[in-house]
Amino acid sequence: MDANFWLIQTFNGVSYGALLFLLASGLTLIFGVMRIVNLSHGAYFLLGGYVAISVMRASGSWLLALPIAALAIALLGLFVERVFLRPLGFDPLRQVLLTVGFAFLFQQAALDIWGGDNLIIQPPPALSASVVVGGLHLPVYRIFMIALACAIGLALWFAMERTRIGAMVRATVDDAEMARGIGIDTSKVSMFIFALGAFLAALGGVIGGAFLGIYPGLDFEVLPVAFAVVIIGGMGSLAGAAIGSMLVGLADNFGKALFPEIAYFSLYAPMVLILAMKPTGLLGRE
Amino acid sequence: MKRIAVLIAGLAAASPGISQELKIGFLAPMTGIFAQIGKDMENGFQMYIDEQKGNFAGAKVTFIVEDEEGKPPVGVRKAEKLARQDNVHLLVGGLLASTGYAIAPVSNRVKTVYVLSIAAADDLTQRDLKQYPYIVRTSWTSSQPHHPLGKWACENGFKTVSAIAADYAFGHEVLGGFQKTFEDCGGKVIQKIWPPLGTKDFGPYIPTIKRDADAIFSLMVGPMALQFPKQLQEAGIKKPVIGGGTSYDEFVLPSMGDEVLGHVSALQYSAAIDTPKNREFVRKYREKYGKVPSYYSESNYTTAQMIHEVMKQTKGKWPGPEKFIQMITQLKLDTPRGPVRFDDMRNPIQNIYIKKVEKKKLHGFDKDELWNTVIQTYPEVSQFFTYKKEEFLKQPVYNRDFPPCKHCN
Amino acid sequence: MKRIWILLSVLALAAAVAPFTGPFVILLLAQILVLGIIAMSVDLLLGYTGLPSLGQAAYLGVGAYLTAILATKFGFGLGWDFWLVVLMGMAAGAATAGFFGLFAIRASGVYFLMITLALGMCVWGLAYRWNSLTGGDNGINMRGRPKFGIELANDLTFFYVVLGLFIASFFALHLLVSSPFGKSLVGIRERELRMRILGYNTWLHKYIAFVIAGGFGGLAGVLWAHLNGIVSPVDVLLPASVDALLMVVLGGPGTLVGGLIGATVVVFLREYLATMVQWWQYVLGAVYVLTILYLPGGIMGLFKGGKA
Repeated sequence: MDANFWLIQTFNGVSYGALLFLLASGLTLIFGVMRIVNLSHGAYFLLGGYVAISVMRASGSWLLALPIAALAIALLGLFVERVFLRPLGFDPLRQVLLTVGFAFLFQQAALDIWGGDNLIIQPPPALSASVVVGGLHLPVYRIFMIALACAIGLALWFAMERTRIGAMVRATVDDAEMARGIGIDTSKVSMFIFALGAFLAALGGVIGGAFLGIYPGLDFEVLPVAFAVVIIGGMGSLAGAAIGSMLVGLADNFGKALFPEIAYFSLYAPMVLILAMKPTGLLGRE
Repeated sequence: MKRIAVLIAGLAAASPGISQELKIGFLAPMTGIFAQIGKDMENGFQMYIDEQKGNFAGAKVTFIVEDEEGKPPVGVRKAEKLARQDNVHLLVGGLLASTGYAIAPVSNRVKTVYVLSIAAADDLTQRDLKQYPYIVRTSWTSSQPHHPLGKWACENGFKTVSAIAADYAFGHEVLGGFQKTFEDCGGKVIQKIWPPLGTKDFGPYIPTIKRDADAIFSLMVGPMALQFPKQLQEAGIKKPVIGGGTSYDEFVLPSMGDEVLGHVSALQYSAAIDTPKNREFVRKYREKYGKVPSYYSESNYTTAQMIHEVMKQTKGKWPGPEKFIQMITQLKLDTPRGPVRFDDMRNPIQNIYIKKVEKKKLHGFDKDELWNTVIQTYPEVSQFFTYKKEEFLKQPVYNRDFPPCKHCN
Repeated sequence: MKRIWILLSVLALAAAVAPFTGPFVILLLAQILVLGIIAMSVDLLLGYTGLPSLGQAAYLGVGAYLTAILATKFGFGLGWDFWLVVLMGMAAGAATAGFFGLFAIRASGVYFLMITLALGMCVWGLAYRWNSLTGGDNGINMRGRPKFGIELANDLTFFYVVLGLFIASFFALHLLVSSPFGKSLVGIRERELRMRILGYNTWLHKYIAFVIAGGFGGLAGVLWAHLNGIVSPVDVLLPASVDALLMVVLGGPGTLVGGLIGATVVVFLREYLATMVQWWQYVLGAVYVLTILYLPGGIMGLFKGGKA
């Protein structure tokens, strides 16, 4: 295995990590603010892909599909949060269980609306090519994924650190009661974050749809991986999600390339170990 | 979900009086990641029933479809339900090899015929056959089309092959079949890569493919089949690709692009078979369901036809499980996939088509589309190919380690 | 106490009626009882100790695979030794929980949920990939049910055996939760800090509950293997664990009986309604959502006046 092998595998791992970041960042934010694990996150991912396909069928434009799908699912998330999660008040356990119920409903609805076919999201030809860099064939689409994840990551970081809304979010994550004490409307923050989480997941679905395909069952397939990232990186920490997705992306990639027999095990076992040592994940805090 | 397709209209006028009912219990995944395949399976069978207006030589057909979700335990439960509650005369279907293996014992328990119209697990009609007196297979064994493919590859100049196949029983058996004939003819399989079933990101695997191989053998199923050729192309690999039967089947072909032009595979069916019978089948199917039939559809259509043929001989009376099996295995039929008859292990002997993906107009359709053009036909291929049955059965069933990879590394 | 009599009479009714229902219904009833056992184990953790476990299917898997491997590779467990296998299944489930508990009990609330999910996925990964032992995705086919004077191959007989084991499990768990130990579990659920201040070793209490739950999961696994005649990795997959949790939430956490009620509802919807209509998943999801929103005590909560 020459240098090229290691380079390409690293590139692949990083690009996979980029996709995971889109999926995990929403999950970790939702946890940080609302202290719930959104078990329907995978469903938002899947629905994002499906809506994008419908938009593309109607308009023929992938560029248009991207924001429309993400916003549509964000609205869906908003609706779910307002109408179903909010009434439960601060009861994380029941809220988590509620998201499970929705996962089932969404899954069935998706099957009824879009059928069971394995669908592919076809990105524009410009992104479907490969560039050759130093003898390595790098698919442009993967470069795009990395670039997008970086852009989103930076945007989120900027929003969190430099804007008032971000400050409110951070305050809520740190100590919701105190935040309420100083006049922050934490329920609005929750609503916003849940919608944002759905937005990011749906975006991930559109991006990932070219890569993974869109089909029934994808929601429950990506969910455990997203959890792995969030758990390893630390629940509630955006930086943790970034690091976690890189680690999982690389570990998964190298694990499969070098030790294919223990592919799934190599993903979940480290997760357990990290949890055993630090239940809140690498960068999380209780 | 249960759909009872009982078509009585028009029967009284046209056909012999209905003497009895024929209840058929159908198992296919209707939800989950194989939902669309299940639909194809059901549609194929249903189309034949509709053509016969629900009347098989005087027997009124009751067609009950149950969702096995692509999960063997669910398949078992639904099979039990169909047999015990609905009292079906026969069970048909089951998608995955694992489901086939799971339902076979049920057929013993409930003493009901089980017709494997898709599930390809080799051993069910080989080393395990004696255990299951009630099963008969109308589709294929995993290795059946890949024996001739290995020979074809060797005869067409490929000397070394790097193989990548889904890591489960079906993948093992497909590659095993290919490897056996390929190496018996002088070829060498120099690498075996096993991505887990359901892999969509081949990033970790593609760079490990050996540079010096003449060709790549790939066995992909479902979503994997869609992604692998694309990612192969993106990685700049231009080697010839030889695929297992499901890698380019019409189930995925419409969603594929130019990256698969020229890829070769083998199966007992291709929608591009240029016979009048298949042409008519493809046109009718496409008109009814909006897509070109896949082998999943054809296999179930032909299975329905076979059941009908048996009923013709009994004039619409259900002959009982043992007699039914005896009668169906004595059939010689002309079907969309060509001539089919059975060996003495209750598995079909049929044509195997070596096919290549081309873009053209076919069967009178007016658009250029991807088709699996037949480039060579091996007639009368049984599950043992040119090997003697007794010798073949002495070797273990094809698995991950058999045939051993003598030329790897 | 009254609850117990109601439960017993319902079960007795089921037992009496069973021979007259169809063979498919008998299998469904047996399935409900086996799932009821695992639901009760989840209830012990969730309803009584306040630990939401999303990985109980792992212990069912351990018990089921053990049974299948013993039966097919060693021909063991098909006669009187079936009862030995029952004990071994419980022991295996408990031992696995004992090992996993070391990782899991450190956490609580949603962290606990995540860890148990991860542990469940580890077991699934092993079942799926350890081909030589577990048969991989083909799973393991059982060769037939045990025979010891009575033939369990007869579905009705098997149903009675399962019924007996369910009743035994119920009583065992009932005694447990009524005991001082059980009461301290509830105390931990309510106010762990206070319990610790009062001197209770809360870690140990939770750990023991976890191990016991694992043991009953293993028992359910042994029966599950014989019920279906096949053990496959899908038995250990995430949705299986989610199902168990669902049943407890639907039926009513903290009631033990709730597990059985939940199992009845879920099995009825999945296996029975599903054969009649296409939209059963919506019903399941809706029932679930509505229960969470309006019936915090589950269905049993309706009987207790809504108190969780």
